[in-house]
Amino acid sequence: MRLVTGNDLPTGDVVWWAGGGWSRHIEDAVDAGDRAEAIAREEEAARRVNVPYVIEATATAEGPRPAHIKDRIRALGPTVRTDLTLKPADPNAGSWVI
Amino acid sequence: MYRYDEYDQAIVDARVEEFRDQCQRRLAGELSEDQFKPLRLMNGLYLQLHAYMLRVAVPYGTLNARQMRMLAHVARKYDRGYGHFTTRQNIQYNWIKLEDAADILAELATVEMHAIQTSGNCIRNISSDQFAGAAADEVTDPRPWAELLRQWSTFHPEFTYLPRKFKIAVIAADEDRAAMRLHDIGLQLIEQDGKLGARVYVGGGMGRTPMIAPLIRDFVGADELMSYLEACLRVYNRYGRRDNIYKARIKILLHEIGADEYRRQVEEEFRAVKQLGIDPPAAELKRISAMFAPPPFDAAAPDTVDRADPDFALWLDQNVKPHKQPGHAIVNISLKPIGGIPGDASAEQIDLMADLAERYSADELRVTHAQNIVLPHVRKADLYAVWQQLAETGLAEANLDLISDIIACPGLDYCALANARSIPLAQKIGQRFADAGRQRELGELKLKISGCINACGHHHAGHIGILGVDKKGTENYQLLLGGSGAEDVSLGRITGPGFDEDGVVDAIERVTDTYLQVREKGERFVDTYRRVGMQPFKEAIYG
Repeated sequence: MRLVTGNDLPTGDVVWWAGGGWSRHIEDAVDAGDRAEAIAREEEAARRVNVPYVIEATATAEGPRPAHIKDRIRALGPTVRTDLTLKPADPNAGSWVI
Repeated sequence: MYRYDEYDQAIVDARVEEFRDQCQRRLAGELSEDQFKPLRLMNGLYLQLHAYMLRVAVPYGTLNARQMRMLAHVARKYDRGYGHFTTRQNIQYNWIKLEDAADILAELATVEMHAIQTSGNCIRNISSDQFAGAAADEVTDPRPWAELLRQWSTFHPEFTYLPRKFKIAVIAADEDRAAMRLHDIGLQLIEQDGKLGARVYVGGGMGRTPMIAPLIRDFVGADELMSYLEACLRVYNRYGRRDNIYKARIKILLHEIGADEYRRQVEEEFRAVKQLGIDPPAAELKRISAMFAPPPFDAAAPDTVDRADPDFALWLDQNVKPHKQPGHAIVNISLKPIGGIPGDASAEQIDLMADLAERYSADELRVTHAQNIVLPHVRKADLYAVWQQLAETGLAEANLDLISDIIACPGLDYCALANARSIPLAQKIGQRFADAGRQRELGELKLKISGCINACGHHHAGHIGILGVDKKGTENYQLLLGGSGAEDVSLGRITGPGFDEDGVVDAIERVTDTYLQVREKGERFVDTYRRVGMQPFKEAIYG
C-alpha cells in the first residue's frame, strides 16, 4: 500500500493521510494508491499539510506498517524515549519499529 | 562573560521581530515552504523527524546561570522538559512548534541569547576550549577573540551566502580540547617574540570527506588577524564550488588547488584587505577582554581535598581537572550516565547546573564539544558539596574521557538525515562496559558515533568510531579505529565489513580485549593502535 505523510504546519506533528483529512495516528492512514502524489500536491497547495511525501507500507492486522524504519520511527516516536511516543504504555511498540 | 551592548541587543531584538513576521506569513500561507525554509534555517529552526527542532547558539560554549535557567525554562514551557547539548557547544530542542518559535527567541533575547549562525551557509557559531580562562596551559583566554569573531561574522554581508557552512574554532593552548584542526578554520593563539598572534589552519573537517587542516600561516599578529581571516574567507567565497554540495566545503577547494596555491591567493588578498582597516582598534579589544577578566579568586582557598569518600575520590580523579589558580579546580559534569542519552539533560538538571554555577563557579558554565558541561572555577573546598548535589540529580557519572563518555549524534531517533540510530548503540556500549573498574582499566578511550556520513557524532575523530549506514533498509554499523580530534589529530580507518547493532558492540569488546593484551605500559588505546596497526584488531574482530 502507498501512504501519504507529512507534517502539520503550526505544530510540526507527523500526520498521515486518512482519506478525508489528516491524522496523527498511522492506524488511520489509508492506501492512497495511484492518487498518492496528487493528494500530496493538492493538500500542500491547500496548506493543509507541510512537505508531504509518499511512502510504501504493508497492510497488517494492526494497521499499516511503513517499509522503512525511518517512517516507522516517525509514526511512533523516538525509540529511546518511549515515554514520548504515541504509545507510551505499549511495551510492544518498540518491536513494531524494529 | 561578554555582555551585550546596545547594538548587540538591538540586532537580536530586531531579528526576533523579523522572524516573528516571517512565521506569521508562513502560517497564513503567504510564504511557501520553499520560501520559508531558508528563513527559518537562518534562525536555527529545522524540520526534523517528529517536529520542528530549534538549535540555540551558545557562543564559544560559555553561559551564565541566568542563561542556563532560560534553557531549562524553554525546555519546560515549549518543549518536553529536556534539551540536547550538541557537538558544536550548542543546545537543541526536539519538539518545537512553529507557532511558538518567535516567542522562544524573544525569551532567549532577554538573556542575550539567540539562534543565529546555527544553520545555513554562513560562519557558524564559533567554538572554543571549554577550559578557557581556567586552564593552566593557555597563553591567553581565547574567548575575547572568539567574541570578536562572533561580532565580525554575525550578519557579515559578504559571508551570509557562502558556498557551504563554515566552522571556526579558537584555542590558546597546545592541548587541543576543541578539535581545532577538524574545522574549516582552526586558530591557535600563540606568543612569538612577546607578541600575541595565531597559527592559522584552514581546510579541515569531518563529514563525507574528512580532512585534517594544513597549516596555512605559522603566525599572523593579533592586530591583523581579522584582515587575514577576511582574506581566507574571500578566497573561499570566490572559488569554493557552488555546483556540487558535496564539494562545496573549503577543504575541497584546498584539496583541489593545493595548500600552497590557496596560501598564495590568501596572501595576495590579505595585502589588499589590510588597507581596509577592518581590524578592531585596540580599545575595542580591551573593552571586550575586560568582560572576560578572571573572577575574583579566593587567594586563601585551601589546595587540599578530603578524599575519604571513595565514590567522591573516583569522580575527583576522573572528572576534575587542574585549574591555573591554586585552591581551585575545573569540574566536568558528565551528561553520559550509563544507559542514558548522550548530551541530554532534563530541565531540572539544567536548573541544578545553573544553581551550582551561581553558587560555586563564579556564575559560569561551559558546554563542551563532547556534549558535557563544565563548571570552570570551583574552589577545591567546595568540590564535595558540588559532587553531592550532582549525585542527587544523576549527574555525577565518573567517566570523563572513558569508553562510556560517548559522543553520539541524535541519529535516526530524531534526525531526518540519519540512516541509523546512534543513541541505542551508545546505550548498549555503555551498559556493556558499565563496570567502573573495567572502564578505568581501559583508560582514555574516546568513542564517537554518527548516524550518517555527515559525521555530527565525530566518528572520524574517535579512538573508536562508529558510522551508521543504511544497508538495504536495515541499520548497519561500520567500525573505525585510530582517530583523534585532539592535538595528536588523526582520522580513523574502517576495520572492514559492518555489523548489526549487537554485532558492533561485540566487535568493540574484541577490540578492547586485544588492546589489553598487546598494550605496553603507559599506552592509551590510540597509542597502541598506532604502534601495532590495524591487523591485530582486525584478526580479533573478523577471525
